[in-house]
Amino acid sequence: MNELKIDNISLDLGGAVILKDILATVKRGEIVGLIGPNGAGKSSLLRSILGLVTIKKGSVIIDGDNVEELSLKERARKMAYAAQGSPVHWPLQVEHIVELGRIPHLNPWQKLTKDDHEVITQAMERTDCTHLIGRSITTLSGGERARVLLARVLATNAPYIMADEPVASLDPAHQLQVMEILKALTSSNCGVMVVMHDLSLALRYCDRLILLDKGIMIGQDTPDKILEDENLTEVFGISATRWSDNGEKFLIPHHINQRT
Amino acid sequence: MSSYINRNILLLVALIIVSIASLLIGRTDIDVMSAVKALFGAADQPINIIITELRLPRVLLGVFIGAALGISGAALQGVLRNPLADPGVIGVTASAALGAVIAIHLGLQLIWPLFIPVFAMSGALIAAFVLLIVSLRESSVLTLILVGIGISSLAMAGVSLVMNIAESPMSIRDMIMWMLGSLENRTMTDLMLAVPFILFGWLMMINVGQGLNALSVGEDTAQTMGINTSLLKLRIVVGSAISVGGAVAACGSIGFVGLVVPHMVRGLISNEPGAILLPSALMGGLLLTLADLATRIPTPGATLQLGVVTSLIGAPAFLFIVYRTKKSMR
Repeated sequence: MNELKIDNISLDLGGAVILKDILATVKRGEIVGLIGPNGAGKSSLLRSILGLVTIKKGSVIIDGDNVEELSLKERARKMAYAAQGSPVHWPLQVEHIVELGRIPHLNPWQKLTKDDHEVITQAMERTDCTHLIGRSITTLSGGERARVLLARVLATNAPYIMADEPVASLDPAHQLQVMEILKALTSSNCGVMVVMHDLSLALRYCDRLILLDKGIMIGQDTPDKILEDENLTEVFGISATRWSDNGEKFLIPHHINQRT
Repeated sequence: MSSYINRNILLLVALIIVSIASLLIGRTDIDVMSAVKALFGAADQPINIIITELRLPRVLLGVFIGAALGISGAALQGVLRNPLADPGVIGVTASAALGAVIAIHLGLQLIWPLFIPVFAMSGALIAAFVLLIVSLRESSVLTLILVGIGISSLAMAGVSLVMNIAESPMSIRDMIMWMLGSLENRTMTDLMLAVPFILFGWLMMINVGQGLNALSVGEDTAQTMGINTSLLKLRIVVGSAISVGGAVAACGSIGFVGLVVPHMVRGLISNEPGAILLPSALMGGLLLTLADLATRIPTPGATLQLGVVTSLIGAPAFLFIVYRTKKSMR
């Protein structure tokens, strides 16, 4: 019951087939990586799950409830979205951005309660943003900004988190930091679905991977199985070298093949 | 939070003080005691008339109109996520002007003076209706802005056409004066005509603050926070159109208040788009009342029109704010 089920989702946009019959699950307590080449439909799948696009058929079941039967706020309490490269339109202070995470729990007039503030403080501690309180988002570095926006997502306390390329355009240390934060969420019984391009990070941090290509799901399995040579060649058109060190696995793409 | 409330109270007190000053100062200066008596009809007859029939409607209109322009500017900037948005952007001001200019051209004000505001309001409502249709089709923010600019250009083309075919220089002068905006010689009837629309617009925009805050991290993310962003856009765009329509119908085009007030409030109170709504209403009322006081300064030629004064105050204030904010706004 405690899972997010993607039940046969198909999506068309402007007549083009974007996703076809996707059947997958994300359980609480696991990180599921969504990988595939550009244009495979990764972001579209995330947006379909979140209800940001109208799917052609299929449904999303969260902990046994069809999302269509949930109100917008109920849905928002179940799933939080870390959008790709999230814009911030006003020079807002860091804490005000994190506070936005509580909106799904508040009616339009309600002020933040003590409990809300506690959740906000925790979210900022887990993302290492506490020292940024009082600063304007426009003065932060890319890494700090990414952490603040992630704190906003954590402050929702949603059991499922959908992150669209959270490590894109971050330096290596921040990439690892963001992945560690997401990984830590699984121990508090969150299910995380994350779109990523870095196969080495996907291999190391994800419990399972879903591989998409041209809107079709090629497979969902453990990273080792999904990142086999055959898939890398057929879907990504690359070969890769793998090794492991102290139980940590690595994968480096190194050769471009002709995509079949 | 408490400093937020304090600053709002400060603005409210300033607004009340300036409003009282506006009741007392004019061609005939009136002392506080007589003014209070006059409000209850107990002062000398001319003073009773000056206060209750001339100055009170003018002060109240100034406060309501300024507040309508300020809050609409703040809400529109928030929902369109554009610091350059103002009520003019959605085309309501120009549409109201077209209505007014047509009424003047036909000489309808000679039959019934309120034909001008009634026509102006009709123009504004037509624009509001078009915006409603566009919003219902789940349009993007950019589409809304472009449609607004389209409505505005079309209405201004209509205004030019009417001015072009108008033969009497007097009626052209009346049109220009209307478009410069004024609160002179407004009566309680003008107030009664404008205020219901202004209030209705506010009612449509009640409690949009949370949604506006959510929108500051993008429309998709706001939706995943449980905000119905299409409804939010509709309520703010149509609500401001009706509210500003009422305002413009009563006093003509007043430039810069809707644009500059939210920026002043951001500097003084908060950058949160939801937190600046109420203070923008107060600041708008304050600014317009002050500007109206300034129109009473004797000048060698014709009396200064209100819209001229607001632009003269607003534009430099705007430049100053832009200079001070510099890079913090991206």
